[in-house]
Amino acid sequence: MNHYLKKCLLCMLLLAPLTATADTGPTVIVIKASKFLFQPAKIELKKGQTVILEFTSSDRMHGFSLPDFAVRADIEPGNPLRVSFTPDKAGSFVFRCDIFCGDGHEEMAGEIIVRDGG
Amino acid sequence: MAHLIDRRQFLHLAGIGGGVAFVSGLGFDVFAADGLTDGLPVEDFYFVQLSDTHWGFKGADKNPDAAGTLQKAVAAVNALDKPPDFVVFTGDLTHTTDDAQERRRRMAEFKAIVSELKVKQVKFIPGEHDASLDKGEAYQAYFGDLHYSFDHKGIHFIALDNVSDPAAQLGPTQLAWLQADLQVLPANTPIVVFTHRPLFDLYAKWDWTTRDGQQAIDMLMAFENVVVFYGHIHQEHHHLTGHIPHHAAKSLIFPLPAPGSAPKRAPIPWDPAKPYNGLGFRNIEAYPWKNYRVEEKTLT
Ligand SMILES: [Cu+2]
Ligand SMILES: [Zn+2]
Ligand SMILES: [Zn+2]
Repeated sequence: MNHYLKKCLLCMLLLAPLTATADTGPTVIVIKASKFLFQPAKIELKKGQTVILEFTSSDRMHGFSLPDFAVRADIEPGNPLRVSFTPDKAGSFVFRCDIFCGDGHEEMAGEIIVRDGG
Repeated sequence: MAHLIDRRQFLHLAGIGGGVAFVSGLGFDVFAADGLTDGLPVEDFYFVQLSDTHWGFKGADKNPDAAGTLQKAVAAVNALDKPPDFVVFTGDLTHTTDDAQERRRRMAEFKAIVSELKVKQVKFIPGEHDASLDKGEAYQAYFGDLHYSFDHKGIHFIALDNVSDPAAQLGPTQLAWLQADLQVLPANTPIVVFTHRPLFDLYAKWDWTTRDGQQAIDMLMAFENVVVFYGHIHQEHHHLTGHIPHHAAKSLIFPLPAPGSAPKRAPIPWDPAKPYNGLGFRNIEAYPWKNYRVEEKTLT
């Protein structure tokens, strides 16, 4: 499957309408990928609360992989990608770049902390 | 009979000191009961697997002898009592660089050093450090095909490339090639697969997987006698998927922690009290149609 097709599948399954705005829809969290880090690298979310993750890259292709929730995306420069995400369990979960991007690729990772709604 | 290295001689080799560690691989500790297998002329032999040499890596806290460890390994292989039939490097021959010229320089240097190996044949497969940034262009210029197969003394060897696509996939083209390569083989053909990354989901949180690796495993499941030797995780590791064992080799630059045993998959620092600790290579003795024996070697 090529990247385009894969992304379309992602769109159908996960992508929120691009018209969603902060005041009417879920919060948009912009995650910037660049060699060799994610900004922010630590994201705090509430269990059960839907957010939109918006991925952008400022240099080259990176990946976003959050295996605990089976979320993954290709992040291409000039092509922001939005993914709707509702964490259904609390805890601390690692996400990392899964597209080899160079010398610092191994360290290109971050953490999503999901707190119980209560 | 056909056994060139007999059991006594082998145990002797394994038992001697001088930094020789012996570990039998999972499911590999049984010797062939006899030398005759289905009336086919087979011959015992061994080959050597070296992995993750990362030529060009710099980091004194991780390996102060980064510019000398490869030569040390070459000397250790040359010092083996009996030369192996061949040597295989399972990827990350060089350490990655964004500079295309420097990448080629590292490959040329690596090639010159391993040309000192006193063996008839040296085989290579790429790691992501060699091939991911330019889709294997420089690698192919220096080391040849990214994936291929060959036959040696009754065993069918398959070298798979799960790194030249930076997304760590074999891809549909290579999977179709694998299917065609396997199609003509009888189900009892012994098959040895070389690959850089684990084909199975070893530890997804550290991305120790191959996205479409399961498709290759599914194809291989139809064969009775398959074993996979790989690298990438810089440590010895043994795992079974169904009846197929997967054996990860040590690195020759720095070790990595066991999957999930540390918060980060960061290199284990060099221990001046135990230089070269966790580094090594392995001898693999093949008893065609029956079994293999893995002997881990350390550097001292
Ligand atoms: Cu990366
Ligand atoms: Zn490596
Ligand atoms: Zn690797």
